[in-house]
Amino acid sequence: MERTAVSGRLSWQVAAVVSVTWETASVATIQLDPPDWAGHRAGQHLDVRLTAEDGYVAERSYSIASAPGEQLAITVERLEDGEVSPYLAGELRAGDELELRGPIGGYFVWEPGDGGPLTLLAGGSGVVPLRSMLRHRVNTASDVPARLLYSSRGWEDVIYRDELGQHHDGARVSYTLTRSRPPGWTGHTGRINSALLAEVAWPAKTNPLAYICGPTSFVETAAAGLVELGYPPERVKTERFGATGGR
Amino acid sequence: MSPVSRGFHHRALAGQESRVPPGQYVTPGFPVLSAGPTPHTPLDEWTFSITQGGQPRKSWTWEELRALSAETITADIHCVTRWTKLGTEWRGVSVDTLLTQAGYKAPYVMAFCDGGYTTNLPVADVTGGRAWVAFGYGGAPLEPEHGGPARLLVPHLYFWKSAKWVRGLDLRESDEPGFWERYGYHMYGDPWKEQRYQGD
Repeated sequence: MERTAVSGRLSWQVAAVVSVTWETASVATIQLDPPDWAGHRAGQHLDVRLTAEDGYVAERSYSIASAPGEQLAITVERLEDGEVSPYLAGELRAGDELELRGPIGGYFVWEPGDGGPLTLLAGGSGVVPLRSMLRHRVNTASDVPARLLYSSRGWEDVIYRDELGQHHDGARVSYTLTRSRPPGWTGHTGRINSALLAEVAWPAKTNPLAYICGPTSFVETAAAGLVELGYPPERVKTERFGATGGR
Repeated sequence: MSPVSRGFHHRALAGQESRVPPGQYVTPGFPVLSAGPTPHTPLDEWTFSITQGGQPRKSWTWEELRALSAETITADIHCVTRWTKLGTEWRGVSVDTLLTQAGYKAPYVMAFCDGGYTTNLPVADVTGGRAWVAFGYGGAPLEPEHGGPARLLVPHLYFWKSAKWVRGLDLRESDEPGFWERYGYHMYGDPWKEQRYQGD
């Protein structure tokens, strides 16, 4: 199972921005065309480097939103007190240049051969790498069944809402809304907890493989909850974007 | 040549630049980064071991480790995901103390942990007062999500080398990659040289 994701040096390169599409009021998907991209695996990330006119440089990591083989894309949530995200989701336009390198990371990745069934748990913009996995699953006509539970503040904050609504064959998407809910909402509400996980996650006896991505508090609760349900810890892979908070 | 990012400006706090390695930014928080669920080993089952090629040399129970002379360490820490936290305060036992009691003659160690995490380090980087087994943070016991009951603390390298939930060091004759190093991260990880990934 151990594979080296990166071989040789990862060089910085200047990609063209193909398009910027708003997913929500504060979240944008940026399609990129790097000159030298060897491909990536679902779940990997890339590094972005910005250079100010005075030479100041800032770097951040972003999960890759596109599936392997698709036009490379990242999805960025604009954090008002951030340094890099307001530029990417605000200033950046189609036709601009963006310096990047990647792909990076080889642990939080899924390929059809890794099997499942897949329990995917997303908190907020933590859905991004899981969306790549779901698209990869469809693109490869994988018959691995998947369940995504997506915790979002409100319905208007749900990223990829239309696309996620189109996952049917063998994939089930459910939501829990933590702050506000639209009139007539019949889905789950409130923060993720053991009872909700027991209801939506694949039972441990099906030998599921779990990927969890979100803020630290979400990931801690979700990972502990799956272990409580009997998931072996080594079948629960986590990624926390609190680690790059302020991006 | 890096292209100028039109409309991008510096927002970092002024006056701390000399303590912030290239590509890093200062965070007031203490972010968490782990590859899997947080393990919870009861202290009465916890040990710290020095092994050599997997063979035991010396082991301490939790009480034995806590009975060793401890130090307070104030250090800046740098995560490869780009956050830097300045002036963190830790309490721990110097790795020098542990290796001296165990006796050793090897150029490298592999730290091993609950949950299966490993990371490789030169012995020269965990001796000479540069590395600790830390069990306190900010005047309180180290919380599980930050690596408690004890983690390695090697603040002069990227923080993935400061392995959480550490249970021991295996002395090695050669430098073999640990968990993240096998996935393409740098074998050494000097933040001041920006050694993030293989080849940097």
